[in-house]
Amino acid sequence: MSFDLYQQVILDHNRKPRNCGALEGHTHTCHGHNPLCGDDYTVYLKVTNEQIEQVTFEGNGCAISKASASMMTQSLQGKNIDQAQALFEEFHQMVLGNLDAESTETQLGKLKIFQGVRAFPSRVKCASLSWHAMHTALTQKEDEVSTE
Amino acid sequence: MTASTTTNDPLSVEEIRSDFPSLTVPMHGKPLVYLDSAATTLKPRPVLETIQEFYGHRYGTVRRAVYGLSEQATAAFERTRKTVTRFINAPTSRSIVFTKGTTESINLVASSWGKTHLRPGDEVLISAMEHHANIVPWQLACEATGAQLRILPMNSSGELLTEELDTLLNKRTRLVAVTGLSNALGTINPIQEICSRAHAQGSLVLIDAAQMAGHMAIDVQALDCDFLAFSGHKVFGPCGVGVLYGKPEILETMPPYQSGGDMIREVTFEKTTFADIPVRFEAGTPAIVEVIGLGSALEYIHSIGFEQIGAHEKDLLRYGTDLLEQIPKLRLIGTAAHKSSILAFILEDVHAHDIGTILDQAGIAIRAGHHCAQPTMKFFGVAATSRASLSIYNSREDLDALALAIDEVITLFRS
Repeated sequence: MSFDLYQQVILDHNRKPRNCGALEGHTHTCHGHNPLCGDDYTVYLKVTNEQIEQVTFEGNGCAISKASASMMTQSLQGKNIDQAQALFEEFHQMVLGNLDAESTETQLGKLKIFQGVRAFPSRVKCASLSWHAMHTALTQKEDEVSTE
Repeated sequence: MTASTTTNDPLSVEEIRSDFPSLTVPMHGKPLVYLDSAATTLKPRPVLETIQEFYGHRYGTVRRAVYGLSEQATAAFERTRKTVTRFINAPTSRSIVFTKGTTESINLVASSWGKTHLRPGDEVLISAMEHHANIVPWQLACEATGAQLRILPMNSSGELLTEELDTLLNKRTRLVAVTGLSNALGTINPIQEICSRAHAQGSLVLIDAAQMAGHMAIDVQALDCDFLAFSGHKVFGPCGVGVLYGKPEILETMPPYQSGGDMIREVTFEKTTFADIPVRFEAGTPAIVEVIGLGSALEYIHSIGFEQIGAHEKDLLRYGTDLLEQIPKLRLIGTAAHKSSILAFILEDVHAHDIGTILDQAGIAIRAGHHCAQPTMKFFGVAATSRASLSIYNSREDLDALALAIDEVITLFRS
């Protein structure tokens, strides 16, 4: 069996998630939870002068949600808040199927691997959960986000 | 795929399968392996034909008009009430209320019976393995009346600890609401014993038969249950229709659940008097054709017979259990000695939703999630399970395909 969705990169991040664990001295955090499938993550960011110095996550869920969280932490290193929010917007629109990452110039890079999620409407929330948590943490609206 | 023999099968699966057009429609280019009948069953041709024939040629409103179409529709509608009466061996068709489904049936009892019969300090007992539809209505009824909700626990196989009834059942217990067959675990509960022990303490009993109704014969008089609820769409019938059985002498003590047309005797602007049971509980124009389609579904089940259905599903359950138990890192959730039609499992290191998505790509439809039984998931310490549920149209080949696909999931996640 081979599936567009479960590519080796995703399976690898699921097995060995990067930047996984709580972050001491974080300046922003948000807990993301999907009660329907049990995906449950907390995203931590350390921001100095609008610049993201470090991002980590901890929690559990399906391979798509975990790989997405892991790859998100990598892609945010060194970005400023505006760039991170812009990347959230691109990622979100891509998984919803509103942005074709193949034919559009974006900052998504390796994250394009999640474009396949748009063919699985019930899994879009898995891919976007940690992104919503990061977005909410940086917007500082609340410290809890839920995707259903 | 492993070759399997079904020659000793007492039920002709091929013949049954040919009654279900959905099974001929490929999924992702693969033959459909439908293993989600606990969520909803596929529909056989006789039900589809009844619906089309009725909407197409015999449609009219019920219980209102004097013209022929309406009188014929009313007769067909009420014939279904008699079919349901026979299906669960109810004493009279006055005890059969048509609802939207099991959820509405239970809400009807929780709301109408609950608000008139529950008092502060009373207790309602449910089991640890209930579907949310048999938890939340009782929580709300208890909140509204000051009654207490008590929980009958289970063991790690998913069997109710009936010895706990000694202390949980007491003179404050007004109602025991319990599932006959767990949708998340497949456990067949000892509802006969629960009924007699509850009655000995003066408590009523409601059976959630949503899962049970398509798999096992139900005799409400032998059980002596006070209420029983099931849905049309889980017994090969249409969506949007269900049944509440209630002992007539109890239904008569209950006020209307909803109000409006059809359920009245006389309305003036000062006062309304209500219709007799069961119509008192059927406000508004009912799902006429769906009710008649349900009658057709129950006749379809009757034409096969529960003995045949039970033998076939028992064979499938044993065959599927053996196959899944051979898979390393797979743990069955729900291993009761007395079990039916459900194979719920978790795989070490692979989330249920990943399994569900990957199996779907192989044409295999299973359910992944909490199955509307979050307390059950919590008890077993899992966020979600994968669940293959069986019905009359499933074959051993379906289970071979399931086991093969799970093996491939494991290979994929190991690679």
